Amino acid sequence: MKKIILMIAETEYILAILFGIFILISRIFNFAPAKIIQANFWLFFVEMITFLPFMFILVGLFDIWFPKERVEKHIGEGSGIKGTIWCILLAMLQAGPLYGAFPVAYLLWKKGCSIKNIFIYLGAFSTLKIPMLTFEIGFLGLKFSLLRTVVTLPVFILIGKIMEMYLRDKKFEVKQPLLEKKRM
Amino acid sequence: MKILLVMTFIALVLSLVSDRKKTVSGIKMGLKLFVGLLPTVLNILILVSIFLYLVPKETLANLLGKNSGMLGLMIAAVLGSVSLIPMFITYPLAAILLKSGVSYQVLAVFITTLLMVGVLTLPLEAKYFGLKVSIIRNVLSFIGALIIGLVIGIFL
Repeated sequence: MKKIILMIAETEYILAILFGIFILISRIFNFAPAKIIQANFWLFFVEMITFLPFMFILVGLFDIWFPKERVEKHIGEGSGIKGTIWCILLAMLQAGPLYGAFPVAYLLWKKGCSIKNIFIYLGAFSTLKIPMLTFEIGFLGLKFSLLRTVVTLPVFILIGKIMEMYLRDKKFEVKQPLLEKKRM
Repeated sequence: MKILLVMTFIALVLSLVSDRKKTVSGIKMGLKLFVGLLPTVLNILILVSIFLYLVPKETLANLLGKNSGMLGLMIAAVLGSVSLIPMFITYPLAAILLKSGVSYQVLAVFITTLLMVGVLTLPLEAKYFGLKVSIIRNVLSFIGALIIGLVIGIFL
């Protein structure tokens, strides 16, 4: 019995289980706030559970059909506008959180990518990923997504330029930290 | 939302016609991602359900609504900077907040800082770029996010 409890406590579903128990007990004692919370939860849950699987299928298909390798080949070709465009394109094809972009930034640096383009890559990676945009359009609408994309693009290009201006005369380099045990 | 379902359907049909094997592995990959994120989705929904019960709609609208001004933007920017929420969950969460009275410009700031500013991941970032450069990048992104919010506020 103790083992089972420990097993449940270790799963990521612990909060969901506690929540279920809370709702059940509240029902018995007719605890009014729980009804509102439950109604809230149910409304959100139904919407998520009907749409999310389809969106993730779209993300999965996207990943299979758009090989990043083809774009990666062009990285480092010149640091001008062409290099910037390839960096943004590569970033748009990625998925994952910002800290996943740092190792790629190191690779870009190794391949001879300019400072400006490395920071533009980070900006594009965090705000213009295509799988992310599909979610954004789905949940917040096309108008908001388009507007945010159009406004964001010049902002992080400017950040890239500022970083380059600041770092031009300094000894800047991107380092690869020693591989640590990943907690994933 | 409907556009996306249609898009998924079209993509699925096109993919199936061109390569059945690839399609299956794509679907598998997507569903694996979904199952992996499911507990986090549930946890966030539970917390939001409780949060929206505890915080009345009027308070939320006052703090983060259309007329919240600079205060709303700052709250969103700070929250976005210190949180670590997977982006696939950010949007469902944002949609709920939008329905609860949070304005588009506040959401834009929240999303942008969430994506571009990482206080918790700063130590990791510093290992790649050095502490000083990382701090500068984060501060610039923070300011950038506020500008993005202000510009979006003009249109939406």
